[in-house]
Amino acid sequence: MSAFTGTWRLTRLALRRDRIRLGIWILGTPLLGYALAASVAGVYPDDAARHGYATTSASSLVARAFNGPIAGTDLGAVVVAETYATLAVLVALLSTFAVVRHTRQNEETGRAELLGASVVGRYALLTAALLVVVGANVLAAAGLALALALAGAGLPLAGSVAAAAAIGGVGVAFTGVAAVTAQLTVTSRGANALAAAAVGLAFLLRAAGDVFGEQSADGTRVVSAWPSWVSPMGWGNQVRAYTGERWWTLALPVALLAAAVALAYALARRRDLGAGLFAARRGPGRAATWLLSPAGLAWRLQRGALLGWAVGVGVLGVSMGVAADEFNAMIAENPAAAEAIAAMGGGGELVDGYLAAMLGLYALAIGAYVVQALLRVRADEADGVLEAVLATAVSRRRWLGTQVGAALLGATALLLFGGVTTGLGYGLVDGDPAGKALALGGAAALRLPALLVVAGVVTALFGLLPRWSVALSWTALMVFLLLGQLGAVLELPQAALDLSPYTHVPAAPAVDPTAPPLVVLTAVAAALLVAGAAAFRHRDTPR
Amino acid sequence: MAVIAIDKLVKTFGAVRALDELDLRVEAGEVHGFLGPNGAGKSTTIRILLGLLRRDSGEARVLDADPWRDAVRLHRRLAYVPGDVSLWPNLTGGEAIDLLGKLRGGLDRRRRDELLERFDLDPTRTCRTYSKGNRQKVAIVAAFASDVELYVLDEPTSGLDPLMESVFQEQVRRIRGEGGTVLLSSHVLAEVEALCDRVSIIREGRTVESGTLTELRHLTRTAVTVETARPLTGLAELPGVHSVRETGGRTHLEVEPAHLDELLGHLVRFGVRALTSAPPTLEQLFLRHYGAEGAAVAEQRATETPAALR
Repeated sequence: MSAFTGTWRLTRLALRRDRIRLGIWILGTPLLGYALAASVAGVYPDDAARHGYATTSASSLVARAFNGPIAGTDLGAVVVAETYATLAVLVALLSTFAVVRHTRQNEETGRAELLGASVVGRYALLTAALLVVVGANVLAAAGLALALALAGAGLPLAGSVAAAAAIGGVGVAFTGVAAVTAQLTVTSRGANALAAAAVGLAFLLRAAGDVFGEQSADGTRVVSAWPSWVSPMGWGNQVRAYTGERWWTLALPVALLAAAVALAYALARRRDLGAGLFAARRGPGRAATWLLSPAGLAWRLQRGALLGWAVGVGVLGVSMGVAADEFNAMIAENPAAAEAIAAMGGGGELVDGYLAAMLGLYALAIGAYVVQALLRVRADEADGVLEAVLATAVSRRRWLGTQVGAALLGATALLLFGGVTTGLGYGLVDGDPAGKALALGGAAALRLPALLVVAGVVTALFGLLPRWSVALSWTALMVFLLLGQLGAVLELPQAALDLSPYTHVPAAPAVDPTAPPLVVLTAVAAALLVAGAAAFRHRDTPR
Repeated sequence: MAVIAIDKLVKTFGAVRALDELDLRVEAGEVHGFLGPNGAGKSTTIRILLGLLRRDSGEARVLDADPWRDAVRLHRRLAYVPGDVSLWPNLTGGEAIDLLGKLRGGLDRRRRDELLERFDLDPTRTCRTYSKGNRQKVAIVAAFASDVELYVLDEPTSGLDPLMESVFQEQVRRIRGEGGTVLLSSHVLAEVEALCDRVSIIREGRTVESGTLTELRHLTRTAVTVETARPLTGLAELPGVHSVRETGGRTHLEVEPAHLDELLGHLVRFGVRALTSAPPTLEQLFLRHYGAEGAAVAEQRATETPAALR
């Protein structure tokens, strides 16, 4: 029996387990790419608009850090600049989680032990995971190439293939990275965290390389400095899709994959099943006093995630705040862009519109925090921890209330933090950091009712449809996101847009807030929370 | 006063009738064995007693309170060890014990430390790294370190080694000595025999037998093997005698305890040379109640022959 015996069977098993996830990934990436490219083509329809965009992007350090090096004034170059970073991070994380799910998670839950005792080779599990994830990346990239070529009225096919391959390359590279991290830690959480940290590091290296890069003489292009070349996230930009493709750079992620897989096999050969290279840590033999309550427990279980979110929101906030000043400068230089933006939405100060859009973006992202934190209630119920807790003197109402309260407290803190850091970033370059921090903190807080509704939706689903609550909660958030981001581009009717709570929160500071929508949202949220809690109090658990 | 009083309890899950007019009575101060094959409804009954599941009909009282309505008040007075213990993977065992104890209303610190030592459990390891047996120890320590009136234990020792099993039994005896009541669901028959004052056997959601072990034994046949000077005759006409069979001059049979006397009177007339009589083992007792196939297996084992009788 070879070390690969059983690979094909395990591959089919993984495909069977993930048929829905993989389907969403493979079809969703092209759809998202299509929607984004179409919207970019709509916003920058002519050469003048794109020239303005390219010069601003090439000179703005924030744009370079977040969007990467702009490669010219072609529509394709603008599409890449606007979509690459988002899609690259997305496929990097999708690939990471998928690899870990089919390797380390199987070991952690003991499924690998069951499989390993049957006719399955030592490398079969890892190989099957690699086949599935690399395959998904290839298929998603093929779909994306087609979508880009179809989307932007006049995007050339070769460039679309290069752009999609660049994105797929990022996924392939992090498939390799995750294959290694899955060998290192005992827990799948740890392996995911390690690989996600690698994604973050790659993003930072790429950002640094592009910030320190050189602007071309005509001002519409950036040549990245060396740090971009050591980042798998940077390689995709170096493909230069649509602007004189350098096809050979696509070999870089493949080479990384090959090296990483060789390393992963070597590690797998040297370790025991279920073991990692990092030993499990020990902890206190007694609980701290603050831990000994449902609230203390919720804090203990959430604090790691909350800290991670706070770092992300803070970095984003300061960057977006600094960018607000550059936005002002761009408007001053470029009256055409100013007109275009003014036409897109709202009167008043243009920079307020920008800031409002950013705060709206934070609120959407923090919605994911609410869903993630609150769905722990379902995880606890499904794996049996809840049974142990409810058999103590903790009532269902108190337990659920604590979980909802903790998630909302965390979300409120993140929202305020996002507003305050944005204000600080803006104020540090434009003056009056304290005043701006206070004003934007307040403006951010106005988004809270939308998050209350998100929490209400999750709670109601948990109470009424516990088995479906995980899938439906994330679906609801995705619908809110798509309505907000693509609703206008796709010209959906207002009735559809109104389904999202984010539609109703006032776009402060661009718009003066009024009380009625906030009151209505809060009332809706309260109704959902009460309905969810009442249903939970009257149903069997576990169910 | 009965600590647990269940009458005609019914619980359905969709089309499945998990509990079908189940009765159960656990008196104060007793260790009550709760037995039945997998899927008989033991865990469902326990979850109703804990107010986790809602009954469809029938009566269920725990410590003279309604387990669904008065759940919180009740839970201060009882401790529960689930059959399949899951814990918070990133908390240590010690933290989980303290947390569960505190949520129940507090635990005895001295006894907690003593139990950790007796059960040989390292409280500084995270729950993620515990085996099934160690996770069970966490739940057992958290339960036994609490001073409560009722302990509900759902197959608490299925992952423990024999050494730990004896520590467990010693703790159950301590609880009974202090006047506590224990409902013990278990498949470990030696444990049931060693600990339980009374047992209830359930099958397909119904109580099929309830009483002390001695009472239950009386309901079951005794296996007899006899060798006589003259060939035995007339056994088939005797009341209460079953499964008569001859091998190599010996006769094997089963007799109902009530008719043992008549059988012996009959046997002595043939010149008894050797006689062994075995009371039903607990295993036979349970197998008889666990199902039709179980009964066949029990009889087969009782006579130690590979071929099925009848």
